[in-house]
Amino acid sequence: MFTYKCLAVSAVAVMTLGACAMQGTLQQSSVPGPALGRAATVEEVKAWSISIPPGGAGLPAGSGSVQQGMAVYAAKCVACHGEKGAGKPADALAGGSGTLASADAVRTVGSYWPYATTLFDYVRRAMPVNAPMSLTNEEVYAVTAYMLNINGIVPADAVMNAQALPQVKMPNRGGFVDYSRK
Amino acid sequence: MKPQRTAARSRVPAGTAAAVEGESANGRRKFLERSLGAAGALAAAVATPARAADPVGRDFPAWSTTPGTPMRGYGQPSKFEDKVLRTLTPSYGATSPGTGTSRTPLQTLNGAITPSGLHFERHHNGVPEIDPAQHKLLIHGMVKKPLVFTVANLLRYPMVSRTCFVECAGNSSANTLPKAPQANCAVIHGLLSGSEWTGVSLSLLLDEAGVEAGAKWFLAEGADSAAMSRSVSLDKAYDDAIIALYQNGERIRPEQGYPLRLLVPGYQGNMNVKWLRRLEVSATPMHTKDETSKYSLLLRDGTARQFDFELGVKSLITQPSGGMSMPGAGLLEISGLAWSGAGRIVKAEVSTDGGASWREAVLQGPVLPKALTRFRLPWDWNGAPALLQSRATDEKGNLQMTRAAWNAIYSPANRYHNNMIQTWAVDAKGSVSNVYL
Repeated sequence: MFTYKCLAVSAVAVMTLGACAMQGTLQQSSVPGPALGRAATVEEVKAWSISIPPGGAGLPAGSGSVQQGMAVYAAKCVACHGEKGAGKPADALAGGSGTLASADAVRTVGSYWPYATTLFDYVRRAMPVNAPMSLTNEEVYAVTAYMLNINGIVPADAVMNAQALPQVKMPNRGGFVDYSRK
Repeated sequence: MKPQRTAARSRVPAGTAAAVEGESANGRRKFLERSLGAAGALAAAVATPARAADPVGRDFPAWSTTPGTPMRGYGQPSKFEDKVLRTLTPSYGATSPGTGTSRTPLQTLNGAITPSGLHFERHHNGVPEIDPAQHKLLIHGMVKKPLVFTVANLLRYPMVSRTCFVECAGNSSANTLPKAPQANCAVIHGLLSGSEWTGVSLSLLLDEAGVEAGAKWFLAEGADSAAMSRSVSLDKAYDDAIIALYQNGERIRPEQGYPLRLLVPGYQGNMNVKWLRRLEVSATPMHTKDETSKYSLLLRDGTARQFDFELGVKSLITQPSGGMSMPGAGLLEISGLAWSGAGRIVKAEVSTDGGASWREAVLQGPVLPKALTRFRLPWDWNGAPALLQSRATDEKGNLQMTRAAWNAIYSPANRYHNNMIQTWAVDAKGSVSNVYL
């Protein structure tokens, strides 16, 4: 009798789940999981946490100057992004200031990007395209500083590090409207 | 030797004697004439009476009278369909051959599911070859217990399926250019595909890790060499997001994210992060490159919509469409696809006069939320020039926008979220082309 009851309850549960799936109702968290995830170690979380938010949390130690960045850019970037970020074959990195409301809007680091931290995050994870994640943190800081400089955002003697980078005010910082709750 | 019977029937108006030739004895003779050529046909005609006692096999093609090929481990399309391929459009040529797109040949497909091998691709630095035995998924950030899952572990979880579309945010961008490009459906609209995806509810894994109070977002990051990363509202994780391991019944293909991808039905294509390796739960979004400098929507006033994830209600006539030639005046079927990131399609309408009048098309069931929905409408083309359009309405009451309405919102430089009405012009010769209306 006990076994029979269990089976009946299970059958109802299965039918209910089936009905939910068919109707496209999507809340599934009532289904128990086998809980097979193992605890991540502090070291492996740290090693893989490469995202840098606008506040700069997670930015590494070290620094890089505009002048050092010019050398990194010449060695690793110019072939795709052109002299001083002019672009071709890959995206232009400089210019376009004041064009966003025009029919020929040009979106570059200088004219469009809202946060300088994004530049560090992206260059470190994905550039150069033929050898991503090959630059040292100091090279990433340096080439970030150089890109900010060719856009007229920081002076030629600027040095970027974990403290300075989040302080950089990008020209189009106020140009984005958060649509996630619209 | 390829039989032409079906094609022959479709090229003549319905209701004429010729329309049923393929079914008749006369039709079979004509088929043989075509197959054998004039000389062969003559010989066959002359020989017919004398061969009355011959085996019936003489009236059948070779494939009916010889044994076929043996079984094989993984089936392939017919060799006669070898022109049905994705259109490859690399972004930067030899500089980065793996960056760019391949586009689904929508104009050659039917139904509502895209074959996995024809599902569009958008890669930001090629397709990684990931060993599933070494791949791992890390969940960390604002969780009580940061966890690591292996693929083998995830395969042991209860699974759910989502039949939904995936559309690149930049799909149909060619039609945002000032001049209408002359290209086919694949080139203009082929960053769109529909599949059944199966995997583990993301909410189940997040519950296992224990999301902390105050968390509102999660970052999803891929294991490819572009390390695509996107911030997603945590609400989506508890709505319908899954960690997909299967596509159309088989394990996800390398170019679709093998061994696993995030699936966020109805959201911008690249948010369905392929080759998923990391989920970081947070209070605020990360503002990654692909949610700031890219995949944000520039408006006419120069400001940009950020985190506008959901793709708008949209439809498209796939047959007939750009670059095709009409088979001739007479009855044919107008067919296309409708979809919406907001839910189910409730109506698809077709106009043959550039939007002056509309007729409601039949929706092919089952009509699923955030899924490609095939619509069909018979049309008796009189041979005169026509302007074909479709427009869809979803269950939230959203109606697909006109070109003018879309252009009133977005910057002329914006290339994302083009869901405006498509117009195909049919001229008196039956040529179909892409026009702006």
